[in-house]
Amino acid sequence: MSAKWTRKDLLGLRELSADEINFILDTADAFKQVGTREIKKVPALRGKTLINFFVEPSTRTRTSFELAAFRLSADVINISASTSSLTKGETLKDTAKNLEALHADILVLRHSSAGAPQFLAQRLKSSVINAGDGAHEHPTQGLLDIYTIREKRGKIAGLNVAIVGDILFSRVARSNIFGLTKLGAKVTLVGPSTLVPREFEKLGVTVSHKIDNVLPEADVVNLLRIQHERQRKEYFPGIGEYTTLFGLTNERAKHLKPDCLVMHPGPINRGVEIDSEVADGNRSVILDQVTNGLAVRMAVLYLCGGISA
Amino acid sequence: MQMRPDPHKVSPAGTQILDAEAIRRALRRIAHEIIEQNADLKSVVLAGIPLRGIEVARRLAEFVREVAKIDIETGTIDVAMHRDDVGTRAELPMVHASKLPLPLEGRTVIIVDDVLFTGRTARAALDAISSFGRPARIQLAALVDRGHRELPIRADYVGKNLPTATREQIQVRLHEIDKEPDAVWLFKE
Repeated sequence: MSAKWTRKDLLGLRELSADEINFILDTADAFKQVGTREIKKVPALRGKTLINFFVEPSTRTRTSFELAAFRLSADVINISASTSSLTKGETLKDTAKNLEALHADILVLRHSSAGAPQFLAQRLKSSVINAGDGAHEHPTQGLLDIYTIREKRGKIAGLNVAIVGDILFSRVARSNIFGLTKLGAKVTLVGPSTLVPREFEKLGVTVSHKIDNVLPEADVVNLLRIQHERQRKEYFPGIGEYTTLFGLTNERAKHLKPDCLVMHPGPINRGVEIDSEVADGNRSVILDQVTNGLAVRMAVLYLCGGISA
Repeated sequence: MQMRPDPHKVSPAGTQILDAEAIRRALRRIAHEIIEQNADLKSVVLAGIPLRGIEVARRLAEFVREVAKIDIETGTIDVAMHRDDVGTRAELPMVHASKLPLPLEGRTVIIVDDVLFTGRTARAALDAISSFGRPARIQLAALVDRGHRELPIRADYVGKNLPTATREQIQVRLHEIDKEPDAVWLFKE
């Protein structure tokens, strides 16, 4: 492989080439193997400081980044919105400049505003990793979803991937769409027209409002969580109606291909977007996604943090 | 992995130090030495460093099989995560997954690379191996030893000792990887 990695930041999958995405996935293969070693820790980022800066709450993504950093021997500090001076009126830029003045090498940022990571990446020498910005992108989630599909199916190109749910507000959906289409998958977005507008077809995907038409052909079904916290009443039909129209129920799961992968970025609302039996069934790769998330985040931290700025 | 220049950018004024036959003889001799030095060949693991070390290890295993009629195990040891220069380079090469037969306890791991230079790659390989377990012994084999060690490391098996100037470049070409005839080239900078 002659390709090389040259980026200090990971802001989204939209700006990455197919080669760069594959480079991260191949690197993640190497880091996944570290988890099987007797000593599950490598010195790759020894002496580097990583700051998990989560202005929006998150447990699983933050924990995954934290563990990934530990396995790379980096030192980690966690800052959440409630413990930062943002609550005292400090601007995001000032807070970040202060973190940089402490010689933070890598800043992992979760923020409710789209573009916040890019804003900082342009102003800081530190590496900036987007851990989810508003409804824009969540690149490491997109990468770990794609990694899991590649691991289970051996390829991405030509697969039918259905992404179901609240697409309009979903950064996970956007990162998946950008990554999957670059690698040649056929992506279909499924959900109520209020949450899956036809506008999305401009991104090179198909839009459907009838899940029963999509399931029999799907190689992958990625169910997104209904984000109550971002939902406005007028967009959303009501939980019961959503489950009736779009939930992956036991009944609907019978129409899936035997080797179809069922994915969910978590946290799951059991009985809403997916029935428990399906979430725990043999098509489900939901926990593989969690394991692979660690490998993918190690790869991203190693690559972005290992570059001399 | 050592950083090597793109061969097409190096001036064509290279000198061929070893040809295919000389490489074959050198590796065959190393195979004989491995057999001599290791009474229990079944405990030996040849761990190649990507990319060309993997191919050199594969060939050594073949020669050992020819001579001693014993299949010795091979593996891959990637050193990228264990290097001491992460954060000083503007671009990073691909990291490969390491693959060693486990457990390593009681085994002799022979690190195999194409060129031994500063010793920093071998040092990283020692660290990488220790994260998999605790072999009985670790040895080092290189097709070419070009000198200029920066660490107290020496090879147990050397195909060719080649005194060089630091500014010179050594390039090993193996047809399985490089799609050109086997050769060791010396380029003056």
